[in-house]
Amino acid sequence: MLLINLFCVALIALIVWWFWLYKPKAATHQANNAIVVKDGVYSPARITVPANTATQLTFLRQDKAGCSASLLFPDLDISEELPLDKPVVISLPALAKGEYPFHCQMQMYKGVLLVE
Amino acid sequence: MNTQTTQLLIEGAGCASCVGKIEKALKTVAQVEQAEMNFADRSVMVTGEVEVASLLEAVEKAGYHAILINDQGGADAIDEKEQADAIYYKSLIKHTIVALAVGIPLMIYGLFIGDMTVTNPIQQLVWGAIGVLTLGIMFFSGKHFYTGAWKSFTHHSANMDTLIALGTGTAWVYSMVVVFAPDLLPEMARHVYFEATAMIIGLINLGLALEVKARGKTSAAIKRLIGLQAKTARVIRNGKAVDIDIALVQLNDKVSVRPGEKIPVDGVVVEGSSFIDESMLTGEPIPVEKSVNDDVVAGTLNKLGSLTFTATRVGKDTALAHIITMVKRAQNSKPPIGRMADVISSYFVPAMMIIAIISAMVWLNFGPEPSVGYAIVSAMTILIIACPCALGLATPMSVMVGVGKAAESGVLIRNGEALQTASTITTMILDKTGTITEGAPKITDILVVNGREEQQVLQLAASIEQHSEHPLAQAVVQAATDKGLTLFNVENFTAIAGFGVQAQYQSAQLLFGNEKLMREKGIALSDYQQQAQALAADAKTPMYFAIDGELAAVIAVADPIKADSVAAIARLKSSGIKVIMLTGDNHATATAVAAKVGVDDFFADVLPQDKAKKVAELQALGEVVGMTGDGINDAPALALANVGFAIGTGTDVAIESADITLMRGSLHGLADAIAVSKATLGNIRQNLVGAFIYNAAGIPLAAGVLFPVFGVLLNPVVAGAAMAFSSLTVVSNANRLRFFTPQQH
Ligand SMILES: [Cu+2]
Repeated sequence: MLLINLFCVALIALIVWWFWLYKPKAATHQANNAIVVKDGVYSPARITVPANTATQLTFLRQDKAGCSASLLFPDLDISEELPLDKPVVISLPALAKGEYPFHCQMQMYKGVLLVE
Repeated sequence: MNTQTTQLLIEGAGCASCVGKIEKALKTVAQVEQAEMNFADRSVMVTGEVEVASLLEAVEKAGYHAILINDQGGADAIDEKEQADAIYYKSLIKHTIVALAVGIPLMIYGLFIGDMTVTNPIQQLVWGAIGVLTLGIMFFSGKHFYTGAWKSFTHHSANMDTLIALGTGTAWVYSMVVVFAPDLLPEMARHVYFEATAMIIGLINLGLALEVKARGKTSAAIKRLIGLQAKTARVIRNGKAVDIDIALVQLNDKVSVRPGEKIPVDGVVVEGSSFIDESMLTGEPIPVEKSVNDDVVAGTLNKLGSLTFTATRVGKDTALAHIITMVKRAQNSKPPIGRMADVISSYFVPAMMIIAIISAMVWLNFGPEPSVGYAIVSAMTILIIACPCALGLATPMSVMVGVGKAAESGVLIRNGEALQTASTITTMILDKTGTITEGAPKITDILVVNGREEQQVLQLAASIEQHSEHPLAQAVVQAATDKGLTLFNVENFTAIAGFGVQAQYQSAQLLFGNEKLMREKGIALSDYQQQAQALAADAKTPMYFAIDGELAAVIAVADPIKADSVAAIARLKSSGIKVIMLTGDNHATATAVAAKVGVDDFFADVLPQDKAKKVAELQALGEVVGMTGDGINDAPALALANVGFAIGTGTDVAIESADITLMRGSLHGLADAIAVSKATLGNIRQNLVGAFIYNAAGIPLAAGVLFPVFGVLLNPVVAGAAMAFSSLTVVSNANRLRFFTPQQH
C-alpha cells in the first residue's frame, strides 16, 4: 500500500513538473514561419521571430475540431478564422521583445510567439 | 475535383517587367495550368489543382512575396466551411454509432443480465475477446482523442483529449489486467469496465457531433452578410455590357444594375436614378433614393429603376467586406468577463489529473472493498467529467451570436470589450446635431425688414453664404437654389469665426451672422431682436442679414429633430440610462430641443474641444459614459468615453474608429445596441454559471462525496454523457440569443 501511495505522489509531482514547471528551452526557428494546426496542437507551438521587424506567420489548419478554427493573439488584438487546409498568412507588426501567447477559441490549443 | 482558381496578392512587384518573371515562376509549379497577373492590382489568378504553399514558395524564390487572397470569395469560403463541417459531422456520427453498438449491449448485459466479473478461465477468454473488440472501437472511434492527447502531452500541454484518453485508457488497461491476471487483484475488484470505455467514446463523439450542428447555426449572421454579396457584375467593357465574376471588377469600371439586382461593388452613380433597399446593411427599412453623384454600397438591393455607377471600391475594400471582416473579428474576441474562465481552463486539466489521483489514493487507503474498483471508477469519472470545454465555450459562443445579432440590425460592435461595457453604461451623451437632429438645417422663417423683397434678400444672402463652410450656410444656399435663384459673385469675402461672414456685392456691403456680429458692427436690431428671441425659444437659430449697415432680414434656420429620436431616447431612459445632450448651439435652441426630445439634462454652447472634457467630468463622478456622435469634431469625446458610438453611413472610417458603429441614422440603433449588449452579457452569465456548476458539482460527485452517506458513486458512463451534453447546452443557450429582438417602440 505504501508503495502505491508513493507511486501516486510521484505521479502528481511528475504532472506538476511536466505541465507547469517545465520550460521549453529551444523555440523552433523556421524559415517560412509556418505553423500547422493538427491533432490538437500547434506545431511548432513555440516560434521565434525577430524583434522590431514586421513579419508574417503562416497557419495551416488540418484539424477538424471546431475550436481550432479560431486563432487568437490576445495581446496583439489579432483574431483570425483558419479555414481547413488553406494556409492563412498573418501579418505581424514590428513587435517589442517578449512572449506573445496565441491560442484557439477555447484555449485548448496553445502556442507562444517569441520575439527576440 | 474540378479546376480551381487561386488568387494571390504579390508584394514587392514594383515594375511591369516583374509580371513575366512572376508568371513564369508560378507556371513552373507542378499542376499549374495558367497564371495570369494583373499588374494594376498586383494580383495573380492561378488555375490548376495546386497547393497554395508551393505557389507562395515559388513567388518567394522569384524574389517577391505573395499573400493568399482568401476573402475574395466570401460565399465560397462559407460553403467550404459548411462542407467541412458536414463531413466532420458524418464521421463523428459514424464513430458514435460504432462505439454505441458495442457499448449499449455490454451495458445492458452488465445492468440486467449478468455479472462483469472475471472468476474463471472461460470468462477470461470471453472478456479477453471483448477487450480486444473494445480496443478496436477505441482505435476506430476514438483515435482522434488518443493522437490528440499524445501530441499535446509531448508539447507539455493537456486538453480535453488528454482527459478522455486517460479516462477511457485507464478503464481499458485496468480491465485487461483483470482479464489476464485476476489473481493480482482482490476477488471483489475483478470487474471489467469495457462497457464504460465504449459508451464514453460513443457519447463524447455524439456530443461533438451535436455541437458541430449547433455551432453551424451560430454563424448565421455572417452567412447572411456574406450572402448579400452579388456573384457577378454587369460591367461595360468596350461599349458592351458583359457579366463578369465579381472578383474581376476593377476600380473605375462602369457597372450597370437593373431593378431587383444587388449592387455588386461600392461606387458613385453616374447615370439613372433608383430606390435602393439598404435595410440588410443598416436596418433602416425605408428604401433610399439614389441619383447621380450618390454613393451606392455593395450588398444593397436595387428596387426600381436602372443605375450605372463607377466602381470606387472593389473586392475586399468594399464597405460590406470591411463589415464582414469586422464582425468576424469581433465575434472571435472575448469580453473581460470571459478572461476568468480562460485562466481557469488553462490550469484545469493538469489540476483535474491531480485531483483524480488524490481521489484514487483516498479510496485505496480508506475506501471499502473493492477499493481498487472504486478508486478506478472515481478517477475515471473525474477525468471524464472534468472537461473544461463547456467553460471554454461559454463566452465565445454568446459573443459570436450577440455580435452577429447586432450586425443584423445595423449595429457594428468592434470587440467583446465594447460589448460588455455597453451593457454597463449609466450615462449616455448625445451630440445634438446629426445625432438627435437630422444634421441638415433648413430655413424655417424669413422676416424681411422695411419692405424689402424676400426673393432679393434670399438671393443676396445665399450669394454670400455660398462661400461659407458653416452648416447653417448650406441651408440658405439650398433654399435659394430650391427657388431657382441664381447666385451672384461677391467680392472681398471674409469669414469671421464664431460670428458670421461679410462681403461686397457691387457697391453694397453685405453682412450675415449672429447677434454678436451685428452688435460688433453697430447695426440696430430694433424690435426684431424680440422676434428673434421668440424664434430661438422654438429651437430655431435666428441669423441677421444686413445690407450697407442696415438690417435687411432675420432668417431663421432649424435643424429638424429626427422622427424617432423621442421614442429612442425614451427607450434609453426606460433602461435606466441617464441621457444628456451636448451641443455647440446657444442655450435657447438647446433648451427647446431638450424639452422636445425629453433628455434628462443638456449642456449648450459646448465647443468641440470641450466635448471630451464633459465626458471626463462625468467619468470623474463615477459614471460609465457612452458618447454618441456623428462628426469628426466628436472624435476626441468618442475616444475618451467608455463606449463611443459613431453614427455613420456605414461606409466610412467611422467603422474603424468607433467602439460601436450605428449604420443607420436612427437613435433606435443606439437603444438596440444597448439592448443586445445587455442580452448577450446575460447570456454569457447564464453560460458561465451553468458551466461552473457542471464542473463544480460534477467533480465532488465523481470523487464520491455522496458515498459515505448515500453509498452512491457517479457512474462513469453518466459522466461521459454529462460531459458530452454540457457543451451542447452552452451552445444551445447561446443560440437562444438569435431569437432576441430588441423592442422597437
Ligand atoms: Cu470535451
